[in-house]
Amino acid sequence: MAESSEELYRQREQRVNDAIALKKPDRVPIMVLFGFFPARYSGFTVREVMYDPEKMWQAQWKTLTEFQPDMDQNPYFLRYLGPILETLDFKQLIWPGHGMKADHTYQFVEGEYMAADEYDHFLLDTTDFMMRRYWPRVCGGLKGLEKLPPLHNIISYYMGIPTGFGAFSLPEVIEAVDVLKKAGQESARIGGYARKYSEKARAEGFPLQVGAISQAPYDTLGDFFRGTKGVMLDMYRRPDKVIKACEHILPFMIEMAMSGYKVSGNPRVFIPIHKGLDGFMSLEQFKKFFWPTLRELMIALINQGLNPCPLWEGDCTSRLEIIKDIPEGKACYAFEATNMIKAKEVLGGRVCIRGNVPLSVLVAGTPEDVRTHVEALIDVVGKDGGYIMDSSTGLDDAKPENVKAMFEATREHGVYR
Amino acid sequence: MAKGLVELMSDLMEEETLALVKEKIAQGADPNQILDDARSAMELVGKRFESCEYFIPDLMMAGEILREISELVKPLLVKEKGAQKSGKVIIGTVAGDIHDIGKDIVTFMLDVSGFDVLDLGIDVPVETFVTKIKEFQPKVVGLSGFLTLAFDSMKQTVEAIEKAGLRDKVKIMIGGGQIDDEVRKYVKADAYGKDAVAGVQLAKKWIGA
Repeated sequence: MAESSEELYRQREQRVNDAIALKKPDRVPIMVLFGFFPARYSGFTVREVMYDPEKMWQAQWKTLTEFQPDMDQNPYFLRYLGPILETLDFKQLIWPGHGMKADHTYQFVEGEYMAADEYDHFLLDTTDFMMRRYWPRVCGGLKGLEKLPPLHNIISYYMGIPTGFGAFSLPEVIEAVDVLKKAGQESARIGGYARKYSEKARAEGFPLQVGAISQAPYDTLGDFFRGTKGVMLDMYRRPDKVIKACEHILPFMIEMAMSGYKVSGNPRVFIPIHKGLDGFMSLEQFKKFFWPTLRELMIALINQGLNPCPLWEGDCTSRLEIIKDIPEGKACYAFEATNMIKAKEVLGGRVCIRGNVPLSVLVAGTPEDVRTHVEALIDVVGKDGGYIMDSSTGLDDAKPENVKAMFEATREHGVYR
Repeated sequence: MAKGLVELMSDLMEEETLALVKEKIAQGADPNQILDDARSAMELVGKRFESCEYFIPDLMMAGEILREISELVKPLLVKEKGAQKSGKVIIGTVAGDIHDIGKDIVTFMLDVSGFDVLDLGIDVPVETFVTKIKEFQPKVVGLSGFLTLAFDSMKQTVEAIEKAGLRDKVKIMIGGGQIDDEVRKYVKADAYGKDAVAGVQLAKKWIGA
């Protein structure tokens, strides 16, 4: 008799929880970051699913039910972005139909969205800086907010109130507030679909991989505010400011994870790691600028009963000895190009490891090549548990037959006896 | 004894380097000599990158110092003395991909290794590669890409180079993000470089510098 959805849900969650707790599950769990793979797999363009929530649903659901990963991803937060980005006239991405061909994935537009001399403003009152300086740069539709005065000076009847609200009657500000209202409606739409999707997945027996997102403070500073080049140069020119800013951002990053958790009830927090990898800074710089606040973030989450799940992009082999310093059996480290044999040697018995069938093989190789990789990973990294199968990064352009081979090989070869 | 320009700059001492350059200019030093020193420093930086003593932020910082020195010295130059270049390389991030960090590092390393590099930028259309290869006549073409969508763009670029009858005139290397030998076969490039140092080695091998 087929197992009930409830039973499948429990089994799948147990399988992953066992891996994170460094135990041996019944078999190696498998989950992937689907990226825009579901769109192509279902015959839609990237643009179609970015703009049409129903097509997004169809695409994700078809992919989920056919491949049956142990855990799913809610596709709405990261991919159904067309309408809200359009509404805001968002500048940090180019996306299909908006600077990109209809079938290309969206891409980040590097920039110094915060100038080097704005650290002090950022540190003094981050929200003020973001609302009046950062948002107008990042969102064309919010340009008018530049006209606002600092709201922290509107305090009471003779301090601020008499003239303080004047700017809100300026046409540019009214326009920006109108854009905010429309963005609010789009946010509600994304939230609505996301909620419905989570409920449906749960009812059909699929837990979700993550329930919240956060980032290493250095990445947040570098990705969105100072830019890759900006933050790299800051390590030489204004190292103290970089450290201060990271410490300043840390509580925001904890808050972001906790508030996601409160809504989803799902303890796994996705933390994509962008700028701490090998080559992007020296080991000394990693120890000084990157790791301290990331570690604090992860410890804070673990202390609240959550499971930090960083995806260490690129190659982080030289960082393994450092990032090992984390409580046992609470986190899950996914790796993209890190040497997995080394990772198992260093992290085995301490942190669950996830990954990393090369995306190049999934895109350009054959099912046989994929099987070879999967079996090698299971034999070496999967030995004695504490391991989750995944590709090296989001699937996007992977060939369906190769993805199928990855799932099949894991189910066949990944059973623990 | 005080540290010389080459030493200060290759140690990435920005303020000290610029102070020394200003001092030299005030004393009437030959601006070409200053630029020669700066080039020697950049070569050292490149060597330290090759030996994994320096990383991407160090290259960026060195590039910044070089830019600042050039700004100070350029107005004084009657005629810029071109450095001896050992061979031509065209490089660019292929169509549809806007990532430039990896490409810029390769450009930097080729440049400090003495190659004459034409950087076509990001999201470079297939036709642009073909036109520029005809004009610039490089021996080596470097195709960069971070995303998997770049695989097809690279493939199309190689095919277009072939169609234009230029395939046997250039060696093509690819690199970036997910690129490995599997992708090299798919794209039909001559080689892939796993990092900037590998890219320079390929160019040296092909050009014979």
